[in-house]
Amino acid sequence: MLRSLLLAASLGLSSAAMAVGVGEKAPSFSLPTLGSGQSMGLSKYKGRVVYVDFWASWCGPCRESLPMLNELRNELKRKGFEVLAINLDENTDDAKAFLKQFPVSYPVLLDPEGRIPEKYELPGMPTSFMIDKKGNVAKIHVGFKAADMPQIRKDVIKLLKQR
Amino acid sequence: MMKSILTIALVASLSACTTVKPWERGYLAKNTMQGSPIAQKSALDRHVFFAKEGASGGGKAAGGGCGCN
Repeated sequence: MLRSLLLAASLGLSSAAMAVGVGEKAPSFSLPTLGSGQSMGLSKYKGRVVYVDFWASWCGPCRESLPMLNELRNELKRKGFEVLAINLDENTDDAKAFLKQFPVSYPVLLDPEGRIPEKYELPGMPTSFMIDKKGNVAKIHVGFKAADMPQIRKDVIKLLKQR
Repeated sequence: MMKSILTIALVASLSACTTVKPWERGYLAKNTMQGSPIAQKSALDRHVFFAKEGASGGGKAAGGGCGCN
């Protein structure tokens, strides 16, 4: 009894998770898609370059990033690029209203409970993970400014050229 | 001995303090949660205050709740 109580107490103290680093395998996930509700995840995009973008309607920089990412995605989709957006709004209606204003053509997944950002240990909002064709994290981008876009584009094109 | 260790461990784990994760700031980012409803005005007020008092900083944390700056 005593021992189990102690164990429970110490477990409560050590709940820190390990952050995902560059070069590591991207943690898998499966989440419902906004709209159809169908579950989808990274595994569907094996062999493609995926830009996993964590966003929320209340996040200021996302107003800029979503339209710009949408443009990049539409430009490079045929070359094997996809954006997977993970929305972290606690209320999905907020996300829907935001997307009405800033529509995107890439899939938006819903994680209102924030389980996947916990797994990825997001340092801030928004954060994006560029994932190469092998499913490894190639780059992590924290925050967003319009001026970041040319570099993101360059990085994506470089990853698309890899085998 | 065992009892005191247990007490310390229990008290430590009972702490209600928690860090708000960057993705949990939705409610904190709302206008109603700001100290002043007009961000620009409060920035100006702060600027004037610091100039008058000859001190700066320590007003409050920067950012509108997105945790990115």
